[in-house]
Amino acid sequence: MTRPNRRRFLAGGAAALLPAPAIAQRAAKVVVIGGGFGGATVARFLKRADAKLDVTLIVDSATFTACPFSNYVIIGLREMQAQQFGYDKLTAEGVTLAVSAARGLDAGKRTVALANDTTLAYDRLVLAPGIDIDWNALKGYDADAAEIMPHAWKAGAQTLLLRRQLDAMEDGGKVVISSPATPVRCPTQIYERASLIAYYLKTRKPKSKLIILDAKDTFSQQRNFQNGWKELYPDHLEWVSLSQGGGVSAVNAATKTFVTDFDNFSADVANPIPPQKAGAIAQSAGVADRTGWCPVEPISFESQLVPSIHVIGDAAMTGAMPKAAFAANAQGKVCAAAIAALLRGAKPAEPRLINTCYSLVAPDYGISFAEVFKPANGMLVDVEGAAGSSATNAPAEVRAREARYAEGWFKAITAEVFG
Amino acid sequence: MTATRVLVATAIVLLSLQTSRTAEAPAGASSCTGCHSAQAGASEMHALDGMPAAEIADKMSAFKAGSRPATIMDRIAKGFSEDEIRAIATWYAAQKP
Repeated sequence: MTRPNRRRFLAGGAAALLPAPAIAQRAAKVVVIGGGFGGATVARFLKRADAKLDVTLIVDSATFTACPFSNYVIIGLREMQAQQFGYDKLTAEGVTLAVSAARGLDAGKRTVALANDTTLAYDRLVLAPGIDIDWNALKGYDADAAEIMPHAWKAGAQTLLLRRQLDAMEDGGKVVISSPATPVRCPTQIYERASLIAYYLKTRKPKSKLIILDAKDTFSQQRNFQNGWKELYPDHLEWVSLSQGGGVSAVNAATKTFVTDFDNFSADVANPIPPQKAGAIAQSAGVADRTGWCPVEPISFESQLVPSIHVIGDAAMTGAMPKAAFAANAQGKVCAAAIAALLRGAKPAEPRLINTCYSLVAPDYGISFAEVFKPANGMLVDVEGAAGSSATNAPAEVRAREARYAEGWFKAITAEVFG
Repeated sequence: MTATRVLVATAIVLLSLQTSRTAEAPAGASSCTGCHSAQAGASEMHALDGMPAAEIADKMSAFKAGSRPATIMDRIAKGFSEDEIRAIATWYAAQKP
């Protein structure tokens, strides 16, 4: 028998002896804010864990636009519709949908106020707001500058703007991407984007070039990316690390210029990926700390700062788990099971979580990184021996297979969450 | 396997047979469907629901030992003990495909 099973058994047995919680008198209310991979997952799996729960999912828009594979949209290999999903299947399973911005919340009274003037009471609140761009972190970069130098790090209009700019660029042009220090959403996908834009340039505008200006000297999957770049894009992609002067201190939107300590880099297409923080509602709820992210405990994802509020997905600071769609989905399922247990007065079982990040170096060249996590010392840590990248010497057949698996993963995860 | 473990394993099987999709999954199991989704239709990363427990457990153990060719499952399997693998396999076998 596994130890978590034994623990769950004992927890269940002990809970049976406790007086029934007061909320057992009525359906417990769970409000989820944010309808991405984390929020939609937790809402759906809460209803599956206990059909009697009253689950409301608050979303900004009735259509969700997914980030994974949006790099394909940028280079014209995919249309935006393939990235968009609705919530019909969730409402069919009994989730109540509210399309409105969350204006604020009262953690003492346990209520959420919506922009449409309704107020919702909750027993447990889950925040899955994703990221906000930290507009104070990169000098010269604000919402207006982003209309000229798109970040495209939240999929949607920004993604399409970057695509149009790339499409309009003359052959012989220069694309510059700046990469921030971690933690940020999906840092590996910065290098996927660079790879796929280099693929576009090589195949469509071969006299052009892409430069990555990086605030880091090392990054996840580095050897696999760099081997792929050497093999596929020796003339089209240049990576400038922090120690080589890649750290960008400011941008100038008027001239599409990146400023580093040593040089100015002007671009025909400029794609600064700016520093980020947890979404606004997490900041106003008081669940984010000075880092801008939300420390959570690793079994139920309950905030370490405000009781009865759980934070999952990119906004959460979990320890070793990266900010990625796979991770948000895995957290959503674990968080749903934990909340269902807490609401029936039981102790949540100790979880294991997996994260897998696929990246495309080219459409037929996939690489991956996988990790397994467990709670330890108040955070999630890697299970030793399980973390790892695709083999650096993998043959082309394996790269092609991993590219297919990447697409299979997107199909599977979006079917589980929205389908 | 000791007598106790046999008994306990049998108990898990019996309990699992009574469970439905709503029963709590053992540690780690809920992450698998991020790729192995029953809702995604035909896929190289096929759904695990209703697969025989022994087949799931044997494949996972072989991935873990490095004796089965893999792209990613060899890395993921190393994150689970044989007991955890068995619990996950038993649970998936009991899910309706």
